[in-house]
Parts: sequence; C-alpha cells; structure tokens
Amino acid sequence: MADAALSPAFSRAGGKTLRALLGEPRVLFGGGFVLLMIAIALLAPVIAPKDPLEQDLMLGTLPPAGFDGAEAGYLLGTDDLGRDVLSRILHGTRIALIVAFVAASLSALIGTALGLAAGFYRGWTDRIVSRLVDIWMSFPPVLLSVLLVAVFGPGLHSVIAAIVIIDWTRFCRVVRAETIRQAGLDYVTAAETVGFSRPHILLREILPNVVPILLALVSLEMGIAVTVEAILSFVGLSLSSDTPTWGGMIAQGRQIVYQGWWVLVFPLIALFSTVLAFNQLGNGLRLALDPVMRR
Amino acid sequence: MTSPLLSIKALSAVSTREAHQPVLRAVSLDLRPGEVHGLVGESGAGKSTIAKAVLGILPRTVKVTGGSVRFEERDLLTLPPRALRDIMGREITLIPQDPQTALNPSRRIEGQLTDGLRLRLGLSAAAARARALALLEEVQIRDPERVLASYPHQLSGGMRQRILIAAAFAPGPKLVVADEPTTALDVTVQKEILRLIRRMQRAHDTAVIFVTHDLGVVAKICDSVTLLYAGKVIEAGTTAAMLERPAHPYTRALIAAGPRYDRPEASLTPVPDAIFRQLRQDIEQTERA
Repeated sequence: MADAALSPAFSRAGGKTLRALLGEPRVLFGGGFVLLMIAIALLAPVIAPKDPLEQDLMLGTLPPAGFDGAEAGYLLGTDDLGRDVLSRILHGTRIALIVAFVAASLSALIGTALGLAAGFYRGWTDRIVSRLVDIWMSFPPVLLSVLLVAVFGPGLHSVIAAIVIIDWTRFCRVVRAETIRQAGLDYVTAAETVGFSRPHILLREILPNVVPILLALVSLEMGIAVTVEAILSFVGLSLSSDTPTWGGMIAQGRQIVYQGWWVLVFPLIALFSTVLAFNQLGNGLRLALDPVMRR
Repeated sequence: MTSPLLSIKALSAVSTREAHQPVLRAVSLDLRPGEVHGLVGESGAGKSTIAKAVLGILPRTVKVTGGSVRFEERDLLTLPPRALRDIMGREITLIPQDPQTALNPSRRIEGQLTDGLRLRLGLSAAAARARALALLEEVQIRDPERVLASYPHQLSGGMRQRILIAAAFAPGPKLVVADEPTTALDVTVQKEILRLIRRMQRAHDTAVIFVTHDLGVVAKICDSVTLLYAGKVIEAGTTAAMLERPAHPYTRALIAAGPRYDRPEASLTPVPDAIFRQLRQDIEQTERA
C-alpha cells in the first residue's frame, strides 16, 4: 500500500510555515531589526536622552563620545545648532516608519487591486491597466516624486501620496503576472466547474496564492519608501527642517561635513541599516513562503 | 444496444492561432453508459481537444467548424452557458492531468472536496463532510480525517491524484473525463491509480473518456479505443480487437514500438517514417475530396 509510508509525513500547516520563516536567517535578522525600529519609533520620547528640537549654540558640533572634546550626555555628538544627534535619529525613526508602512500598504492595496483585475479579467481591463503601467514606468521616479511633492506642497501627506502614486506599478506588474500564472492552473478550472462566481474565484482561490509574493514585495517597498522619504527630505520637500528626519539630517550634515562628519554619518547608518533590514526581510519572506519551496 | 451516452459526430475544429490549421478532422465516436473509452495519439493528435470540447472548456484559440457533441441528446456545443454549467461538474467531471496544480495550494483538502457537494448537490456542511470522508475511504486513503485537514503540499502526488479521483466521482457523474491522469506519476503509482479509476468506474457505473498516449495504459483500462493522428481518427474499435488485430499500419507500428518487458534486450522500434508519409498523404487526399 503506497499510503502507509506517506501517512507519518503529516504536520500542522501553520507550524510548518512558522518554522520555515524562523529557519530563514534573513527573516530573523531583517524582521528582528524592523521590530527593533518599531520599538524605537514608539518609545522615542522615552528613550531619547534629549529633546530633539532643543538648541544650544554653546554646545554646537560636539563630537561623539570617545573623541576629543566630547561632552557627557551627547553619545553621538551634536549638530551645528547644538541639537543631540542621537535623539534626532531616534525621533527620525518615527517619520521613516510611518512613511514606510503607510506608503507601502497603500501602494500595495492599489497595485494589487489593479493587478488582480488585469491578470484575471484580461481583455480591456488588462489593456488599460498595462498601458497605464507602461506610461508610469517611463517617468524617472525620483524626478516624478519631486515634481509631485512640489505640486502638492511639502509635508508628510504629500510624501506618502507621491510614493503611492509612483510605486503602485511595482505591485501591479508583479501581481498581474502572478495572477495570470495562477489563473492558468487546473485548480482554477476546477473552481469554475464547481460553479463559483468569477469574483469569488479571484478573491478566495487566487488571491491567497498571490499573498506570499505580495508580502515580500511590501517589505521591499518599505525599504524603497524610506529611501524616497530621505531623498525628499534631503531636497527639503518633506517636512519642515525642524522636524527630525534622516534625510533632513543628511542634508544638514552634508553642509558641515568638514566640521562635524558625525552629523552626516550616523543618520546615513540608520537609513542604510533600515533599508537593508527591509530588503533582507523581503527576500527572506519570498524564499520562506514560496509554495514551491515549502514542500 | 443501448443508446449512446455521448455521441460525437463529424467534429471538426481549427486553430485560430496557426493560420487555421485543422486540429480535428471530422472526428466521430460513441460512448455507451458505463464504458471506458480511450483516446490515444501523439502530442497534437487532438485527443486533449476532444476532451476539452466534451468538458466545454475549449480555449479561445480553437474554433469548432462543424459537427456536434451530443450528451444525452443535448448538443454541448450549442447549449447556452447556463445549461452547460449545470452539466459540467455535475454530470460530466474531470480527473486532471497534473495533481500538483489541480488542488489550490492555500486551501485545505476539506474545503476543496466539499465545495462542489455543497454548491452543486445542496448538501449541508456536515453531510458534505461525511460524504467526503466516505469518498476518501473509497479511494483507499488511510486516515481520511487527517487528509481532510491537510494542505495539498503535505500530500504525495499519488495521494493528491486519489483525492482528485474522489472529487471527480463525488457528485455522481455519468461521465468522467480523465486527461492523462497517470502521466505525472511514478510508474508504480500509475498502476494503482489505473486500478482505482477502473474500480470506481465499475462501482458507480460511470462512463470514462481516458486520454492517454500510452497503449499499455489503454490495454489495462479501456473497453474501446479511438486512435488519432493529426486530428483524424485512424482506427477505432474495442480494445481487444484493435490490439490483437490492428487494421491500420500506423496502429501496428505503434504496438510494435512499445517497450517489451519480456524482452528487454530488444531495442525499441520507432514508427517508420514511411508510415507517417502515408498518413499525411491520406489526410491530404481526404481534405481535397
């Protein structure tokens, strides 16, 4: 009997997926770092040693701890206005993560809806959506985002709107391709012969199989959103220069890089490691959740 | 003789993609209730196209140019979509080729087996579940409770194919179309699956259209056979008659080309090119006539 040898291979599906996720080092490190960033963002007012907006010109451009002329209490030094770099980076995490989560979720929502419709219904829906994506992709994204924010006026909402307007195409393309692939599989034909409606098949049969790739994309998109926000802050189009953002700090640090390199370097490290963590998490999720890999 | 359950008359179709190349050339065949009929041929011979026509899932790239597919006096080709949907998945069901892709990877087996029973037969959730359990036992799956709670990727290919067979016989169909159901499986599993389809078919008195390219499979399971080449019926008849007294040279060459397990030292004999030339000539002549 062929089945006898196969029966012990059962396991709880949920547990198996969780184990696959935790067995993937990228998910562990990337996810761990992202969780740490979330904690920092939530607790920023509590753990920041100083008020990020408090200026003290007497304590301007103090070097980080361990360097000549360092002042106790200013672990990463101060900028030219005497503001604590560490506190500003910790507070900057809030803006970075708000943009990451809100912009990535919204672009995912729009891109997925259009991608699913285009990939499943094909025909005119597909033609219109695909042409839109083609047109969108022909704009240089950074230029377009600067333009959009200039039109909307600076501010957090504009930054998020600009990212969503530009980046929904990433989701749309991938989701459309995956939907077309899934729609060609026999289980969809089976669902059709059972007599389910088209929307039911799309949302209940196909969508769950698109979710793994979508999760990975969302994570990658968060990294991109953090970068775009930094770029827009860098060119002064995000929030007012008072509000601590990593991009704003980098712009400020660039001007005084010969007097105080730390004002440039530490926000750069924060930006770099956050984007790296999101990318690693995204790649790890893709590997761990790939239905082909999890046999 | 009983009236045929399925009667295909002079069915012709062309491919709209390849310059209206014919894919079916006046194919006719009759299927009695409870009969297992093999559709045999090489890739592109049109066997899958016939199966799809019977299932009402012809791709847009294939256009029917003539003939009829009558199922109990209803022409499946001209039936309105609503009436067709009532037949498909209820009176005519499918055992798909690839058990890897025929089950939704993100849903448990229970939902996938009971969907049809609840939606098409109007069973309650509990009744559908009981029916699904009974069906799994019938296809010899041990521990059906656990299989119902499993996801497809937790099961072997043979197990999945058994589940799909159970699903195909679940609504009590009159006709099951088996589209190369053993091609994606190990040889050892193949044999069990064939035996299982045969037993299910006899127990439920269901007619089966069995699409395959393997004459060995035909010999094991089919009552009658239609042999196709390039969309044309080359030879048709009962399995015993065709395999023992093949009338057409192509049939003889195909039988000779099969591997002989009793004489493994004998090298395989391919079908001679002369026969293919002859086949193409014959087809061209009938086209012109």
